Amino acid sequence: MPFGLLKYGLSRKHPVERHFPLPTELKPAYDVVIIGAGGHGLAAAYYLAAYHDITNVCVIDKGYLAGGNTARNTAIIRSNYLTPDGVRFYEESLALYRTLSEELDFNILYSERGHFTLAHTDAALRTSRWRAEVNKHMGVDSELIYPDDIHRLCPSLNLSHDVRYPILGALYHPPGAIARHDAVAWGYARAATRRGVEIHTNTEVIGIHEENGRVTAVETTKGVVRCGLAMQAVAGSSGRVAKLAGFRLPIKTIPLQACVSLPLKPFLDQIVVSGSLHIYISQTPRGELVMGGSTDPYGLYSSRSTLDFKEGLLGHMLELFPFLGDVHVARQWAGMADMTPDFSPIMGLTPLDNYYIDSGWGTWGFKATPVCGRRMAELIATGRVPDILYPFRLERFAEFAQVGEKGAASVGH
Amino acid sequence: MKIMNCPLNGPRNISEFAWGGELRAMPDPNTCGAHEWADYVFLENNTAGMVREWWCHVPTSFWFIAERDTVSDEIVRTYRATEVFKDRVEFKTAPLPGEPGS
Ligand SMILES: Cc1cc2nc3c(=O)[nH]c(=O)nc-3n(C[C@H](O)[C@H](O)[C@H](O)COP(=O)(O)OP(=O)(O)OC[C@H]3O[C@@H](n4cnc5c(N)ncnc54)[C@H](O)[C@@H]3O)c2cc1C
Repeated sequence: MPFGLLKYGLSRKHPVERHFPLPTELKPAYDVVIIGAGGHGLAAAYYLAAYHDITNVCVIDKGYLAGGNTARNTAIIRSNYLTPDGVRFYEESLALYRTLSEELDFNILYSERGHFTLAHTDAALRTSRWRAEVNKHMGVDSELIYPDDIHRLCPSLNLSHDVRYPILGALYHPPGAIARHDAVAWGYARAATRRGVEIHTNTEVIGIHEENGRVTAVETTKGVVRCGLAMQAVAGSSGRVAKLAGFRLPIKTIPLQACVSLPLKPFLDQIVVSGSLHIYISQTPRGELVMGGSTDPYGLYSSRSTLDFKEGLLGHMLELFPFLGDVHVARQWAGMADMTPDFSPIMGLTPLDNYYIDSGWGTWGFKATPVCGRRMAELIATGRVPDILYPFRLERFAEFAQVGEKGAASVGH
Repeated sequence: MKIMNCPLNGPRNISEFAWGGELRAMPDPNTCGAHEWADYVFLENNTAGMVREWWCHVPTSFWFIAERDTVSDEIVRTYRATEVFKDRVEFKTAPLPGEPGS
């Protein structure tokens, strides 16, 4: 490799590798059509091609490659959820993430940082203790720690009691990580297209043709494509696309905002989250502080930014890190989160026989990209719902069998 | 700051309000099946465009109805719930086990 680098540096051509093939025309038919080229759709395409030898697959996106929530998230990866179903599922994702750079031969900058969920009230401490016990039972490294340990592990955090909400303890999850979100999508896209998968961007799905309870074709702004089966993975547009297929979802589309500061010298190795203050923060390898909070107070199909969000977020941020008072915010943005009532995703079968759904990822779906892609691909290839996906079926709502993750997902990311 | 016009209190900062979700007809809880009830409780139209929804002015606990465009974020009209609900809604509960008619 160093030799290759030297040769590249000395050559006058500086050839750039193309990650994806040049766009082609849509074919009239594919075995599998995946709607949405975000991380989830691309991962499903990759696992279909690499693990199930299904390569006549087309991924369609109305915008540019992975320009939805995959491009907008704050990249926190963890598995310290509240329900055994949730913990098992996200833990499998972490296992896949750890080796993903090698598997895709694409550096996703996976970086284990340690994740702190701060508790400022007795109620939050109780939830942390509950989560720690469920996590440990499921083999996940997670424990409740108190201010002396918090100070030892994360010395820059303000543990003073002269604040509105003093820190009483934290749920500590050493495997908590961040990764480069764009690289995850690009890595899957490259590995999938190398195996024959086609990706068509700037192509919006505007209709779904159905006969006798089965999808026969997908109508796009560039024509109709027939398909053996189809899957939707469109995050904030889940409700709109499901409506094209003729069914409704228990999903509200609500904006989620985030921002980054100008780069600073590295001082924060950890990921710090506070559910009570509705904020979270981590520092990227470039030194920027990535910060976010809870979803907007009301539903909207828009990715506009607001001053209210920034004021609320930064006011609380200064309680945790008062020395950031003079630091400037460099950028602010938003994505459209597909929120479910139980803060768990919806994956699997739909009222249409050969139409599969991957949605309800709200504010927490980046971490699930690998497991979701892999298990949705298994479902598509075998027609059987994998055990690990079963708790997250759409039918759970009609059965009043929700997977309540609010205590672990709301502002937990 | 975004301003919303409360039918009781006049124009106020949007941060004083809580979003209550879309307005929809409630099936009769005594006669509808579990499936229909689950649909009512959980399923959303999640409309992109004009919607009619519940809002509450939190400091005065006043619930009212707003018409809003969920794409442009424009609040077109707000009015009292009495414009839609002309009659009082009576919540008859199903008889408890052991009660007559159970
Ligand atoms: C600000 C923010 C911070 C977040 N932070 C975290 C975090 O720290 N950790 C975490 O795990 N998760 C986080 N999330 C959530 C996470 O980003 C998402 O759950 C995840 O990226 C969803 O991936 P996806 O591939 O399903 O959706 P997306 O990446 O949104 O992809 C969906 C694609 O579908 C396309 N599409 C929509 N409609 C159509 C149509 N009709 N036809 C064709 N294509 C269509 C869109 O253009 C889009 O590219 C965050 C989200 C936001 C907004």
